[in-house]
Amino acid sequence: MSAHETIENQGALLDSQMPQSPAEYVRAYLRRLRAGDLGALPIIVGLVIIAIIFQSANANFITPRNLVNLVIQMAGITVIAYGVVFVLLLGEIDLSIGYVSAVAGVSAAILLRDSLTNPALSWMDWWNVIPIALAIAAAVGFLHGLLITFFQLPSFIVTLAGLLAWNGVVLLIIGPGGTVVIQNAVVRDLASAVLPPIWSWIIVGVFVAIYGINEFWTMRTRLRAGLRAKPASIIIAQIAFMSVIGAIIAYVFNINRALNAEALPQQGMPVIAVIMLILLMLLTFVAERTRFGRYVYAIGGNKEAARRAGIRVERIRVLVFMLSSFMAGCGGIILASRLKSVATDAGGGSLLLYAIASAVIGGTSLFGGRGKLSSAVLGALVIASVDNGMGLLNLSAGVKFIITGLVLLAAVVVDALSRRRQSQSGIR
Amino acid sequence: MSENAFEEDRRHDAQDPIYSGTPLLETRGVSKRFGAVEALSQVDFDAYAGEVVALVGDNGAGKSTLIKGIAGIYGFDEGETYFEGKQVSIHSPRDSASLGIEVVYQDLALADNLDVVSNMFLGREWLQGKSRLFGNLLPLSEVEMEQRAVATLGELAVTTLQSVRLPVASLSGGQRQSVAIAKAVLWNSKLVILDEPTAALGVAQTRQVLNLVRRLAEKKLGVVVISHNLHDIFEVADRITVLRLGHKVKTYITKDTDQQEVVHAITAGQVKVVPGMSS
Repeated sequence: MSAHETIENQGALLDSQMPQSPAEYVRAYLRRLRAGDLGALPIIVGLVIIAIIFQSANANFITPRNLVNLVIQMAGITVIAYGVVFVLLLGEIDLSIGYVSAVAGVSAAILLRDSLTNPALSWMDWWNVIPIALAIAAAVGFLHGLLITFFQLPSFIVTLAGLLAWNGVVLLIIGPGGTVVIQNAVVRDLASAVLPPIWSWIIVGVFVAIYGINEFWTMRTRLRAGLRAKPASIIIAQIAFMSVIGAIIAYVFNINRALNAEALPQQGMPVIAVIMLILLMLLTFVAERTRFGRYVYAIGGNKEAARRAGIRVERIRVLVFMLSSFMAGCGGIILASRLKSVATDAGGGSLLLYAIASAVIGGTSLFGGRGKLSSAVLGALVIASVDNGMGLLNLSAGVKFIITGLVLLAAVVVDALSRRRQSQSGIR
Repeated sequence: MSENAFEEDRRHDAQDPIYSGTPLLETRGVSKRFGAVEALSQVDFDAYAGEVVALVGDNGAGKSTLIKGIAGIYGFDEGETYFEGKQVSIHSPRDSASLGIEVVYQDLALADNLDVVSNMFLGREWLQGKSRLFGNLLPLSEVEMEQRAVATLGELAVTTLQSVRLPVASLSGGQRQSVAIAKAVLWNSKLVILDEPTAALGVAQTRQVLNLVRRLAEKKLGVVVISHNLHDIFEVADRITVLRLGHKVKTYITKDTDQQEVVHAITAGQVKVVPGMSS
């Protein structure tokens, strides 16, 4: 083996199939599509179809007013689905998230209510009640995780027990009154407040800038290390594309949505959209750039390999169930804020199944090791659009559930077909 | 008989300069019982830096038991283990890894959904910065890890990989085995133990992996290969240690023996005691 061969061989590895020009980039993308690696394309196509169908049935579907409603409606499910993605990546399931979210919501509502009447609780305000409620949720997840790992129980059963037990806890806490109204203005406005219009542009600008700086920084460090990197032309094209999409979003948020021309103008980006985006960025970082995230994927892909590599598998599993309950808690507070109250039916109904469906429609595998957080947002958008659109059409709950079920089925069928194609073309 | 075999080994060994120093790894009289079953009985085994030594025997001969004891999956009940001449006690996989012993298991122990770099560094990722408490949340040093993975694969002349960023699931059996071996080498290991490295591989891929095994020895690593395939072993090993029913039958120098003699040792080699029969 000569030195020359070594260098050539390293060159072959360094190529990393990294496209070096926009044309190559497009060709590589088309090649991936043909091989069955569809990425987010089916969901986006699905969203377009959903939008066309509902818009043709009811002209109110694509209006700035309804789109903002849609964002507010999907926020709770989306945030809960972030946690679900991590649990599914491990190859586990968490059925308790619906009622755990209600536990957090009702804890926050009760503490805020009692802080007004009980002098011992007068120090409580939204900024410490929300962390307390989230800590309670995380503690619930910790308990689930301990039961699952210590007794080697299936997560399906433990969290099914949690589903029942936490439902009971919520009923007991709320008591015979039936409804706890949220007394704190900040928590009440969390889901509905909007930012002044100028902030729409600032926020879009900041996100595009973070993306661009990150991409160029990666390119620089890779090139300095002698590795192939995504070329600047493609990064610039992607930044331009994101800017255009961001500008459209900011523009739509800033259209006056007031029904009555003489009324006060209603415009600007909902605060909740910003919260969703920040959580998405944080959790994507955790999943894709940290050791914790790497271990979650590794355990989902091959638990025994992870164990032999010295990963403390049980610790990671407990942490993931804590994270799942924590995100459920965030979702619960958002949902409570949207309804301005917590009632005995909180956390029930279709919430759990919508959150899991969002993750699955986004392409997260139930068998572990495969999935992305960003696609959970798209999945939640699909679910919320169908729900919202059928609400506009005044369809009955029965029809709604049937259609939502069919959408979920269609999503997993497309996913299964694309995976079969991928295994035929040797990608997986 | 066992002691005689041991002495005989030593005389053979003296003829080759590789065997003049202290062995990299040496076990003396190690035994392991599982309840009433004696899986390993008084086994002496040694491996030198820069050689490939094969461990052969029929099913239940004690090959895996010996390897797992050396790897620290479980401890031996009796006997001593020496590494680089010093007596060591190995109680966990971490102990063996810290000595520089790496085991490549038969079922590969790779996570299919992760790419080559992630797999090679799994459990030992390089991080940007240091933190005892929040290490799990520090960013990974992806660029440095990729550089090192590429360099290691290059040194081992693993030529057929298209990219180190492909998921392992898309690799062929030979490529996966190569990645698993490269993973073991990455950590400045001194002794690499390969459990059935060519099982379930095609002809060309077997060749690829055997070449890689030879290259490890050329890099002055000690290599222990467990295999059922005598043809492969005669191609790659310098010495062959035969186990039967938990006992060592003999260690042969490959160039001084033939397949017939080894097969005879595997199937009918004389052992001191047959478990379950009074001696």
